[in-house]
Amino acid sequence: MNTREFDVIILGGGITGAGTQRDCAMRGLRTLLIERSDIATGATGRNHGLLHSGARYAVNDPESAAECIRENRILRRIASHCIEETDGLFITLPEDDLAYQQTFEDACRAAGIGAEIIDPDLARRLEPSVNPSLTGAVRVPDGSVDPFRLCAANMLDAKLHGGQVRLHTEVTGLIREGDAVVGVHTRNCQTGEAADYFAPVVVNACGIWGQHIAGLADVKVGMYPSKGALLIFAHRINRMVINRCRKPSNADILVPGDTVCVIGTTSTRIPFEECDRVAVTPDEVTLLITEGAKLAPALSSTRILRAYAGVRPLVSADDDPTGRNISRGIVCLDHETRDGLKGFVTITGGKLMTYRLMAEIATDTVCRKLGVDRACETATTPLPGSEERSYEAVARKIWEAPSTAQKAAAARMGTGASRIRSGNRLDDALICECEEVSVGEIENAIGQLEVSSLTDLRRRTRVGMGTCQGEFCACRAAGLLARAHGCVERERKDLADFLQERWKGNFPIGWGDTLREAEYTQWVYKHVLGL
Amino acid sequence: MKAQEYTVSKHNFEECMKCTVCTVYCPVLQVNPLYPGPKQAGPDGERLRLKDPFFFNYTLKYCMNCKRCEVACPSGVGVADLIQASRIKYDRTPPKLRDRILASTDLMGSLARPFAPVVNAVTGLGIAKSVMDATLKIDHRRSFPKYSGRSFEAWLRKRAAQQAAFPEQVAYFHGCYVNYNNPQLGKDLVKVLNALGVGVQLLDHEKCCGIALITNGMSKQATRHAEHNVGIIRQAVLERRLPVVTTSSSCTLTLRDEYPNLLGVDNADVRASVLMAVRYIFERLEAGATLRFKPGFRKKVAYHVPCHMERLGWGVFSERLLRMIPGVEFTLLDSACCGIAGTYGFKKENYEASQAVGAALFEQIRSVDPEVVACDCETCKWQIEMSTGYRVENPISILAESIEQ
Repeated sequence: MNTREFDVIILGGGITGAGTQRDCAMRGLRTLLIERSDIATGATGRNHGLLHSGARYAVNDPESAAECIRENRILRRIASHCIEETDGLFITLPEDDLAYQQTFEDACRAAGIGAEIIDPDLARRLEPSVNPSLTGAVRVPDGSVDPFRLCAANMLDAKLHGGQVRLHTEVTGLIREGDAVVGVHTRNCQTGEAADYFAPVVVNACGIWGQHIAGLADVKVGMYPSKGALLIFAHRINRMVINRCRKPSNADILVPGDTVCVIGTTSTRIPFEECDRVAVTPDEVTLLITEGAKLAPALSSTRILRAYAGVRPLVSADDDPTGRNISRGIVCLDHETRDGLKGFVTITGGKLMTYRLMAEIATDTVCRKLGVDRACETATTPLPGSEERSYEAVARKIWEAPSTAQKAAAARMGTGASRIRSGNRLDDALICECEEVSVGEIENAIGQLEVSSLTDLRRRTRVGMGTCQGEFCACRAAGLLARAHGCVERERKDLADFLQERWKGNFPIGWGDTLREAEYTQWVYKHVLGL
Repeated sequence: MKAQEYTVSKHNFEECMKCTVCTVYCPVLQVNPLYPGPKQAGPDGERLRLKDPFFFNYTLKYCMNCKRCEVACPSGVGVADLIQASRIKYDRTPPKLRDRILASTDLMGSLARPFAPVVNAVTGLGIAKSVMDATLKIDHRRSFPKYSGRSFEAWLRKRAAQQAAFPEQVAYFHGCYVNYNNPQLGKDLVKVLNALGVGVQLLDHEKCCGIALITNGMSKQATRHAEHNVGIIRQAVLERRLPVVTTSSSCTLTLRDEYPNLLGVDNADVRASVLMAVRYIFERLEAGATLRFKPGFRKKVAYHVPCHMERLGWGVFSERLLRMIPGVEFTLLDSACCGIAGTYGFKKENYEASQAVGAALFEQIRSVDPEVVACDCETCKWQIEMSTGYRVENPISILAESIEQ
């Protein structure tokens, strides 16, 4: 258990890293994943959560589009509990060129995407929230995907295949022997404890931060940090994904995801140093609301929950200043052939949609280096939780008359919901009322899914993601964490950090009901709980 | 319109600050652990239901629609409306025969009226109650309202010419209860209004307000009733220039608020003209009208504000009228639900909860020991009379008793 030697060490707990670990572990390798923070903290968790059909890329990047639709179909099979099959619309507005629609449909068909031009009237019926002045609509197999859940499921499966995970552990240096990387120096970010781990291959799957890791190996990977800002609305106004049928631009995708909907994004080049502290500006908020309202007019009068931003890990290819024309293509660098450095692989570029393919490519490279000959099975083996097609089926199988919280748990965990303790008033008590998360579900996450803080817990259960933004659930969940970790002091600080982090997302859109809610939260914590 | 100048959401559900005060005021939550409570069932659940109707939960049927959550809410969220609206939208269970019977108050009234003595005798029999309990799941411990042999409408129609002679006129939405069970209340109203120089007219064939249809999963029928009733109210208000007065707080809330909020039947042009008679009378007295009270009238009255009267915010009018009567020793009972909630308490599965909800109120009535309990709601009357043995009268009836002919 405490071994320091592995076949492969994967750096980065985003979806690429988690996917790569799963693939490597399924091919029989002894794996270790190291993540500086928590799973899905970078670009993985900071995007639309759009299950791309590939249509968005069809005109400009047919290769990415074809990859997308292939992976889209695979994810529907292997990750059913992480995705929702909502379908999407590409709408043409009066100010857009309707002629583009035909170019778009042709490109989709060429890429293998089932796109269908439909009557604007039908579009209005299918999606009542859509801008009623639309002049054209194309229906495509878009959907939504929960990146946290997807990442956690990959990590969990890797663990079920013997993989080990070190979260909140920073790589401080690479261990080299001659022209080969043979391990990593690490430091635990919470305890400060240093440790070395060894493996003949180290995979750099750190997204935008991969540039830094490559630097530790004295090789150069030029990343292209491009900030994208998004807004979360407090409830769903749309059932289908709504896109603009035009060249990709700002704020032209509205995705319904879980209990909310998300509009985005912007695209701004930022200096590499800012990757760790991106903030959403007032201009971005204004742009997202005004452009978003063109997709669905209700956005201009729907309560906003949060603003957030992520950094796309694009690999610099040309000098396009907008970053829109860069291929989202997958880049897998074997530094042995590229730089003469053995035992080091960088997997980057790509996108959430193609994480599995990226993982497969990276794992193929790793296996080739290790002389392992085993076929990839990730395209056909369901992730843990996705053994049933629908959450309805899951809920009805586990509970005779499922409560709303049990239904919600089935939707979050898929078949994994059967592990939740329930049936008595304590386990069934709700921690998070907005998202309906029970004590049983929280304790399952704490026991199963590597939770060290409230923020970690949020990514795995949606605690604190609802309308109240932690007002009631945070202190309750903190109580459970304090008990699990046996430390009240640490949890008190964690609670303060968590609320601060929630406020960070409320601040850029701090008006109206969201501001009232934040003030109320402050009263509760400051004056009632004396925090 | 500037973007985000204001935000809108169905029944204001996004205004919910999660303060949870509604759960404190929910009478059901305190006695029925199966009920998720107004916050969960209302604004919280709504976000999930918007994701997928699958998240609708059958336990929402335990909501009594007393609207106490809405009275408590400091943010103006239509909590009970959200719950009832989602029941209308998502609950696909067809109403049981029992629920159809309980909900069809006007049909049952017109069927029972010609045979009133027989019906009253039979529904009072223990054996009949046991049969209804076993076959229909209508709790055998309930007492049933008595039917009257002669309808209020027939009584008033005979006096149409006499009423038309008054210098001022109102239209009266009497409701099923006055028409079939207690015409005396209608007659009492006529007496009081006549004393103020106001004649009473019928609407052009009113139908049941439909509240019981809404809560029993028969919203389509309720909507038909609503459209009909708003039509005849419009005719009275806009063409005959008459205000519409009522004596039942639940009918009134339904006509004014449930129609637009739950059934989507617009009544904005006439809503303000539909008033509880107590408010109409109070305002006339404020404006200088006078009543001649019987000298030596004495009565110890305890007033219970029905939940829907609280939601209307009009309990104060009944209170002021009763206090105005010389010789009335007045007690305002604590704000509490009696537990009956229309047809809710008649259902076998709700009987225990219904009685538990009302327990504190019953206890207070016993300790006050009034001659009569005043209350603007007929189903509260049945519940309180059955549960305490005290007589319950509408404030209008007490007022009528206290004035000279």
